[in-house]
Amino acid sequence: MAGAEQMRMNTTFIPLSGGEPGEFTPPSIGEFFPGALLFEGTLFEMSRINLIMVLMTTVLCVFFITAFRRPAVVPRGAQNFGEMALDFVRINIAEEVLGHHGRKYVVYLATVFFMLFAFNITSVIPPLQIAATSVIALPMILAVITWLIFNVSGVRAHGIVHYLKANLFPPGVPKPIYLLVTPIEFVSTFLLRPVTLTIRLVANMMAGHLLLVLFFTATQFLLLEATGVIKIFGLASFAMGFASTVLEVVVSFLQAYIFTLLTAVYIQGALAEEH
Amino acid sequence: MALLQVVTAATGDGPILIPAPADLIWGSVSFLILIFLFWKYVFPRFNEILKERTEKIEGGIVRAERAQAEADLALKKYTAQMEEARAEASAIRAKAEEQRKAMYEEAKSEANQYKEVENQRFQDRTKAEISQASLQLQKEVGALALELASRVVGESLKDDARARSVIDQFIADLENQASQAGK
Repeated sequence: MAGAEQMRMNTTFIPLSGGEPGEFTPPSIGEFFPGALLFEGTLFEMSRINLIMVLMTTVLCVFFITAFRRPAVVPRGAQNFGEMALDFVRINIAEEVLGHHGRKYVVYLATVFFMLFAFNITSVIPPLQIAATSVIALPMILAVITWLIFNVSGVRAHGIVHYLKANLFPPGVPKPIYLLVTPIEFVSTFLLRPVTLTIRLVANMMAGHLLLVLFFTATQFLLLEATGVIKIFGLASFAMGFASTVLEVVVSFLQAYIFTLLTAVYIQGALAEEH
Repeated sequence: MALLQVVTAATGDGPILIPAPADLIWGSVSFLILIFLFWKYVFPRFNEILKERTEKIEGGIVRAERAQAEADLALKKYTAQMEEARAEASAIRAKAEEQRKAMYEEAKSEANQYKEVENQRFQDRTKAEISQASLQLQKEVGALALELASRVVGESLKDDARARSVIDQFIADLENQASQAGK
């Protein structure tokens, strides 16, 4: 816990209780401001989160290069698994939502899905135990790229005037209502989409991490420090921690899937004639 | 209390919503590496394999269809040949039957003919023998009668032309009587 202790010391904006022996230290927001481990002081300084990013990128590269190094018509082993994973994105997301347009966007959709899943799942992998997506940077990068892609696709498909008109002035609405509808459509389509994509993901991964840390530190505290009957709550806390771990695995997959699916849905909406 | 800290930090202007430069840089680098991997390595190979698989399956279907067509053709040919052979066999059988009948008829008629010829010959021979015998008999009876008459009369009637014609007359009468009696 010495590392975590040091991390907490780096955060100055929220005063933390604790540090005294025999006192329970709850997990704090400081978890998401890890201190630098490498290249400290430079633009490339690496925290625990950045190391996880590099590690998981390497893992993905190694897996997919192994899977498709010598691709066979009849797939085996890693290739079989890799094809199943790719087909999930290719068929269940790209083709399902985008139809024949799916081919053009499947590379981006696959990148988003596998990257997010790999970066999410580290929340339950020891000794990493924090999702690389529980800091805002990566979700924000991907949300901005998604925003750029669906808007550029829409403008390319319909021209900028028609695209904006279709989005901001939906047909079949009485003229005066546009005073109300147009600002709402503008905010929801062009401003809120990247924001909600980002916050949905970050908040989920943060909450999951905080739950896990809370239950497991509480387990440790209750079992080691508490006396008598209170110790039993340590077991309950451990059970909750275990359940949260299972939930976190599901959430890791689900959030990657939702982000990818929404990206596909936004692109589809931009490409479609009517809105 | 911990929850309160998180909520105030998240809803306020806390740095939780502002990405750190290092996170942005490493996140972007990871993204670029991964999209490059999927764009240039994974999907070209994956699509190649999918294409190859589709071709193999379609090729297999085409091959199977061709084989089926060939089999159908062979069966048709075989059936036609079979039909032809059967027709030929029955023709041969009919012809053989005909030939057999013809041969039988021929043999039968030949046998009949032979039988008739033999019958004829036998009759002819019998007739000839009968006539020869009767001639012989005539001659012998004539001689006997002459001798008997000579003995009765007491003189030789041999070499007498008259006696000879009497005997001939007598025998001819006898013959006439015999043929009248036979009728």
